[in-house]
Amino acid sequence: MILAADPLLVDGIDLTVVLIVLLKAGVAFALLLVAVMLVIWFERKLISDMQNRIGPALAGPWGILQTLADGIKLFFKEDLLPTRADRVVFRLAPYLSIIPAFVAFAIVPVGGDFSDGGDGTVSMFGRSTFLQVADPPVGVLFFLALSAVAVYGVMLAGWSSGSKYPLLGSVRASAQMISYEAALGLAIATVFLSSGSLSTHDIVVGQSATTWNVLATGIVPFGIFLIAGTAELNRPPFDLVEAEQELVGGFHTEYSSIRFALFFLSEFMNMITMSAIAVTLFLGGPAGPIVTQRVAWVWPLFWFFLKVMAFLFTFVWLRATLPRFRYDQLMDLGWKVLIPAALGWFLLIATLDVAADLGWPTIPVVIVGVLVLWGGASLLSGAVRKAQAERLEEADRGADETAGSASGLGEA
Amino acid sequence: MSDYLRNWLTLVVFGGVAVLLVGAFLGLGSLVRPSRQTSQKAVVYESGVDPQGDMWSQSNIRYYVFALMFVLFDVEAVFIFPWATRLEVYDVFGLVEMAIFIFILALGLFYAWRKGLLRWI
Amino acid sequence: MNDVANRNQLAYIAAQASDARVNVEFESEGMTLNLGPQHPATHGTLRVIVKLDGERVLRADPMMGYMHRGYEKLAEVRTYPQVTTLVNRIDWLGSFANEVPFILAAEQLMEVEAPPRAQWIRTILFELSRIANVILFLGDMGVQLGAVTPVFFAFRDREFVLNQIEAVTGGRFHPNFDRIGGLKDDLPKGWIEETTGVLDRIRTFCDEMEDLVTGNEIFQARTRGIGVIPAEVGLAYGLSGANIRASGVDWDLRRDGGVGLVHDQVDWKVWTHPDGDSFARYWVRLQEVREACGIIEQLLGGIPSGPVMAKVPRIIKVPAGEAYVETENPLGVMGYYVVSKGDLVPFRVKIRSASFNNISITPWVLEGTYVPDVVSILASLYFILGDIDR
Repeated sequence: MILAADPLLVDGIDLTVVLIVLLKAGVAFALLLVAVMLVIWFERKLISDMQNRIGPALAGPWGILQTLADGIKLFFKEDLLPTRADRVVFRLAPYLSIIPAFVAFAIVPVGGDFSDGGDGTVSMFGRSTFLQVADPPVGVLFFLALSAVAVYGVMLAGWSSGSKYPLLGSVRASAQMISYEAALGLAIATVFLSSGSLSTHDIVVGQSATTWNVLATGIVPFGIFLIAGTAELNRPPFDLVEAEQELVGGFHTEYSSIRFALFFLSEFMNMITMSAIAVTLFLGGPAGPIVTQRVAWVWPLFWFFLKVMAFLFTFVWLRATLPRFRYDQLMDLGWKVLIPAALGWFLLIATLDVAADLGWPTIPVVIVGVLVLWGGASLLSGAVRKAQAERLEEADRGADETAGSASGLGEA
Repeated sequence: MSDYLRNWLTLVVFGGVAVLLVGAFLGLGSLVRPSRQTSQKAVVYESGVDPQGDMWSQSNIRYYVFALMFVLFDVEAVFIFPWATRLEVYDVFGLVEMAIFIFILALGLFYAWRKGLLRWI
Repeated sequence: MNDVANRNQLAYIAAQASDARVNVEFESEGMTLNLGPQHPATHGTLRVIVKLDGERVLRADPMMGYMHRGYEKLAEVRTYPQVTTLVNRIDWLGSFANEVPFILAAEQLMEVEAPPRAQWIRTILFELSRIANVILFLGDMGVQLGAVTPVFFAFRDREFVLNQIEAVTGGRFHPNFDRIGGLKDDLPKGWIEETTGVLDRIRTFCDEMEDLVTGNEIFQARTRGIGVIPAEVGLAYGLSGANIRASGVDWDLRRDGGVGLVHDQVDWKVWTHPDGDSFARYWVRLQEVREACGIIEQLLGGIPSGPVMAKVPRIIKVPAGEAYVETENPLGVMGYYVVSKGDLVPFRVKIRSASFNNISITPWVLEGTYVPDVVSILASLYFILGDIDR
């Protein structure tokens, strides 16, 4: 049984260990905050380039300090508390939003040599350790749990504002985020099949031994993860939570000053974390094609950041290109496409793994598996189609009877 | 303290630092920002007119069904995740069991679908 | 209100309601939400009061008048040439087109006719202002659905159209160029070639929009079958322009009205769409921009020579009488009813602006829709606040 354990912590805890842990935590925070600053600038600059604008250009070279300037400005802004707000919850909500965003990043291995069966340890002050803040044995589950906690931040922020747009936004947020959380979990489950562990470190090690999970699990779970992840982040085209044209600012409409900045920070931090998790789970984490002997410790970091950047670029690209889904279309995509697809694919991959384990021939197993899944899916979707037809018929019949009461509803 | 718990300890430290940092942000903010509250500033936004009616009026949140179904799918993770990591141990027996479990789960989803609960209305 | 349409709408709501019964555990009083006057979606100060049940709209009432500037009354104390300065500002995106019907009405009262060259240039500027107006809609439709990029492309290419208008008239937004009996000035040198180049740009823009917006699956899902206005309902509410053509009514005053402008001299087509939904309104407008490019291109090739101003007295006194002239403006039918008592100033000017009628259908069309669709339907009806409130 592999129990992931950071070698740093195996031999008991002394002062050096505590210092190293604190150092790692400090570096992680600094890294995260600087990264958020740069990512916000990156997004603004990139999207303005795509939209034929200049974007931030005045604060610092190429406007790179724009985010810092905005942040400082927000420090000096008055903090407003709406009259009808629920005071305690209103103040609590930013914490619930940003702390999960901070903590989730702790489980991501950002560096360490994973090539040629390396286990990613680095030595630091004479101790060997992993380049990640913590490696709990159920790391990925921890990430899922934190992203579920983040729903509370958004939901309570909207509800406690005592205002209508935030309320509508938060109702949307809670339904959207929990729906896609299910799809996200199922997509990740497929990774566990090939990795056999819930620890992020072990998953990366497993990928360096064989192929990256994006291929090992077939492309489908990766695609589902990307879509569900985008929805989980409330990024376009799934940004219904803060749909500006409908709900103005969505859940954070009533927030001002530094509390607003915290929501803003957490949104971008989640974006970085989600990209990093995607890299960890599917794209081999810090592993990369080129690792030289000299300055060997730089290359994993380089590959990791390159991959994360690719995801961040994709998120910005999606925002620049796509219109927003409507709520029911979003839910349809989540419940009627992604979840069934994820379930089916999960079973298929599991079957293949078991078959490979028992030495059954692969191709017949694939054919039989696909046939069974296809049969089951078409059976169920046939039932749904029939039910829909029946319901429409019923609605047609019911229309005349209820026309009177419906007009009453309209005048209410 | 076991190895298992020590890893969580790191996370607790990390979380603690996060709370401190956010607290420091808010504390610093409250030191430097002005506070000139007027009753007008505290009025909630409603497109530039005075808000109408009660904000917490009863309204029909149609998607509560999704919350119920989410619980279903989250509990399912309790079964699926451990099994997925221990795939080789249970082999065919586990696979068949899991197939039956997922089929029942899918049946539940499709039942809700058929009932029209996945619609916005 | 039209009985058939009313019944259809009720049947629709009833069908929704009977479906809803599964989920309804309590009858809620609903929530009243103000969209506007200060709201990102209403590009102006329109206020729509929507009564919601969850996110479904039970009733929507547009409230107008937040931007009322009293042009009809102001026109009564302005001399005839001065009125064009005011009416420029009604539909501020296609401002030249606002002047045309008023000038035509005044010309009709004075029984003068602009020389052919002036009529041709008028028509060219009229169509250019249509392009300047409608391509902003094409971009804005994307914005309302959450895709921000198209509007920047629209602004980029609109600049070139405005440049051309400025080159002739001296004004980018408010040309104030049309005169009773002709135009203020002739075309500048080299303008025709430049304009041909601009038209190519606009065509490229239309292709870009087809790629970026029209073919997008999310865009189609958000607009197809949403906000359907049957032809008879649209006519009953007095819709005009692309809004009614998108419901399949083949009616365009440029072809069917034919006062003063020379659209009958060129070969073009009136586009209609049978569906009457948001997508149809978008699609028809997109085709109309292309068609306007074609119209301008043909007109540019055949501008007759001659003066641009007829013989008109220095001080304009319009003989007593009344005239109503309407033209197919970018937003729909715009008409001026001018009553003269033989003075320097009009006795009464009634402005029939397209957006006022177009927006009056909102209570009907928004009933039973969802909050996100409210925004997209309002966007697809395409109103300009100045055109509603005047």
